[in-house]
Amino acid sequence: MDAADRLADPLACEPVLAVEALAYAWPGGEPLIDLPELTLAPHERLFIEGASGSGKSTLLSIIAGVIRPDRGRVRLLGRDLTELPAARRDRIRADHIGLIFQQFNLIPYLSAADNVLLACRFSPRRRGRCPDPRGEARRLLAHMGIDTPELLARPAARLSIGQQQRVAAARALIGSPELVIADEPTSALDPPLRERFLALLFAECAAAGSALLFVSHDPQLAAAFPRRLRLGAP
Amino acid sequence: MSLLRLTWKGLWSRRAAVLLTLTAMAVSVALLVGVERLREGVRAGFATTVSGTDLIVGPRSGALQLALSALFRIGAAEHAMSWASFEALKRDPAVAWAIPLAFGDSHRDYPVVATNGDYFAHLRYGRGQELVFLAGGAFHEALDAVLGYEVAERLGYRLGDELELTHGIGESGHHHDEAQFTVIGILAPTGTPVDRSVHIPLAGMARIHAGWIGGLPIPGVRVIGTAEWPDQVNAVLLGLHQRTQVFAVQRRLQRQPGEPLSAVLPAVALDQLWGLVAPVERVLRLLALLVFLASALGMAAALLAGMESRRRELAVLRAVGAAPRHLLALVLLEGGLITLAGIAAGVALAGLLVFAAGGWVGGRFGIDLAAVGPGAGLSWLPLLFAVGLGAALVPALAAYRRSLADGLLVRE
Repeated sequence: MDAADRLADPLACEPVLAVEALAYAWPGGEPLIDLPELTLAPHERLFIEGASGSGKSTLLSIIAGVIRPDRGRVRLLGRDLTELPAARRDRIRADHIGLIFQQFNLIPYLSAADNVLLACRFSPRRRGRCPDPRGEARRLLAHMGIDTPELLARPAARLSIGQQQRVAAARALIGSPELVIADEPTSALDPPLRERFLALLFAECAAAGSALLFVSHDPQLAAAFPRRLRLGAP
Repeated sequence: MSLLRLTWKGLWSRRAAVLLTLTAMAVSVALLVGVERLREGVRAGFATTVSGTDLIVGPRSGALQLALSALFRIGAAEHAMSWASFEALKRDPAVAWAIPLAFGDSHRDYPVVATNGDYFAHLRYGRGQELVFLAGGAFHEALDAVLGYEVAERLGYRLGDELELTHGIGESGHHHDEAQFTVIGILAPTGTPVDRSVHIPLAGMARIHAGWIGGLPIPGVRVIGTAEWPDQVNAVLLGLHQRTQVFAVQRRLQRQPGEPLSAVLPAVALDQLWGLVAPVERVLRLLALLVFLASALGMAAALLAGMESRRRELAVLRAVGAAPRHLLALVLLEGGLITLAGIAAGVALAGLLVFAAGGWVGGRFGIDLAAVGPGAGLSWLPLLFAVGLGAALVPALAAYRRSLADGLLVRE
């Protein structure tokens, strides 16, 4: 059994994510991030608002374990990422975090279904959580409105932007990771699609039991979230 | 979604570029395997040139020189031994048979070998095969000629055709237009220098040179002699009653009083010849290896150039949990697969070439490629694979470093 399972499952009240006194600056540059505190409970949805250049993408890279902060702590499911070596952080990201970006989420030459399955490739844990990964990928994609065999088999490069974002969401959700991080996932979409995408994402996060960390520069979207946080100029 | 499947799909999506890289590699592998096969073919050809001959005897000279002229008709036969010495050899109780050989004339650049009927009776090649007449038979008259397979094939001679000889090699020599030789026999192909030889009786050679002084005809005098044998021969091939006596006979011949002679074991002479050729084949092999190295570097360059346009792909893989070492493995796997496919295609291409051109090479150069067997050159393949993988390490490390620098976001 994974240490994270022991920590995460019996103690449902333990936060999925707990950030303390986080600071980061580009080498030789001004301080980019100065975040005293950020917590995310299981199943919670949090909206982080930040203009471009406010360091939000960097913050997400730190939470995802790709970048190490200058100081502070980032606890994911009780484990401090800042104390772990890169390989362990990569493994934790594979096991517990689903990521959605603004665009270019997919491997262009892989089919929609294969792109979703990619999330299971680097995580035995997420593979273990869905006994039939192909069936689960199809189920998630069907929920996202990608359900014809032709669409499932089509290379990602030939899907519309809206379809690509929904495939990315399905990939983030397969294997029910504890945390889904979405970085401007709707900003490439037209307004009507935007709301539908958001509704789908909320529903599927709830179904998978994943907490959602949603980052956007667009304050209009914030209304849909119970809790909000502003990054940047204090 | 295994890493292998991901790699395969990635390669397939770039199949045009991959195919070009792979083709370059296949051609270079085919070259290397081909050179190896040629080498083995030449070596086998050397070894099969003569069989059953225990000693080559000639005037005192180097072993290599004697073998080159006696077996390969290469080099001017400047020295000769007397007919009396040949007669003495023939009478030697240890000697089973003795084939006299005299050189010096040519027919349209094909060497002329003057000998007697023992040549067709006792000479063996390959694994002890006898000479076989495709048409006609051995000499009856002094002006008969027996053609090697290639001579007849190339020059279009048939039985009954007449031909003239030239003194020396090339067109500049004296034309023996005083005598026409009649083709009375054509030999089956052997893959040895016999195929390229025009055989005439010793008597014929003696007669067309009758009255010559110091290797030159007397101007204005056209004679056909009546001699049955020449004064001299250039080499004698000996078969012994007992092979085990070969060293004893060799020693005896070299030390006997009278005309100084050399006696050479064919295998020893061939080894010397091989030693002479070895640097050339080493250079050929080195060139082929360098061509492969160039194609491997070409592959590395293609993969490296592709890395820039694939930064987003690498970032996506990082986002789903791939560690930089996974990306290193991915690119290494791509290089490995291309190399493996290139090697396989190259070996197949070499096989195809041997199949298609083997007959031509055999006829033209007397190198039997098909006999070499498909194993030639294959021992190089692991090394080639390692070189390909080593070259792929360059783009693989680039992917590794790039993914560390880019993280999840590709900054344009």
